[in-house]
Amino acid sequence: MLSILHRLTGVALGAGAMLLVYWLAAVAGGPETFDTAQALFGSVPGRLLLFGWTFAFFFHFCNGIRHLFWDAGFGFALPTVYGSGWVVVVASVALTLASWMLGYAMRGGWA
Amino acid sequence: MSRRSALGRVRGLGSAREGVGHWWAQRLTAMALVPLTGWFAVSAATLAGADHATVAAWIGSPVVAGLLILLVLATMYHAYLGLQVVIEDYVHHEGWKLALLLFVQAFSILLVLTALLSILTVLF
Repeated sequence: MLSILHRLTGVALGAGAMLLVYWLAAVAGGPETFDTAQALFGSVPGRLLLFGWTFAFFFHFCNGIRHLFWDAGFGFALPTVYGSGWVVVVASVALTLASWMLGYAMRGGWA
Repeated sequence: MSRRSALGRVRGLGSAREGVGHWWAQRLTAMALVPLTGWFAVSAATLAGADHATVAAWIGSPVVAGLLILLVLATMYHAYLGLQVVIEDYVHHEGWKLALLLFVQAFSILLVLTALLSILTVLF
């Protein structure tokens, strides 16, 4: 389940990367294009999208590190595989929530 | 009796036709991306709600611009390698596989170009 999720989140991140490039281009374009981009991302569907993308990012990040450990030869015992899998899921959720709370705190509230 | 050498008979098998360099490049970009994306995630969260001037100033500082360039390059390469594997695994028609791979390659290069030009525009 987790391995196909790694692939799915990877593809989703790839799609999200296009939005990152759009954002960078919007900054380069000046205040008007930037404000348009920020308004798009700040809208309700925009934020939902960003939230989902954040989770996809942290899941792919944590599971990716898990993969790198496997590449190095560690953690193949089955109980360890299940354990590390749970760590990845919990960490992904926690990091997603933490980063969004930090973001809102920087903005000074839930606006 | 085939005149092919043993090596000639085993090379080029599988849906991707070749792969170790790909495997290592994927791991290399992954390792580079751990600190790079971590840095970007924290920066993006702290920049939440900032106005254009603040963001432009942030991107415009040489260190940040340099890190962003590395982030864009590593991300796009890593994403391309990953998408390549997904396409090779699930698209079985050789013609479509080639077409999709070429499209993803072209699109990735376009995205990298756009991102780099944007960063450089803000920097200078």
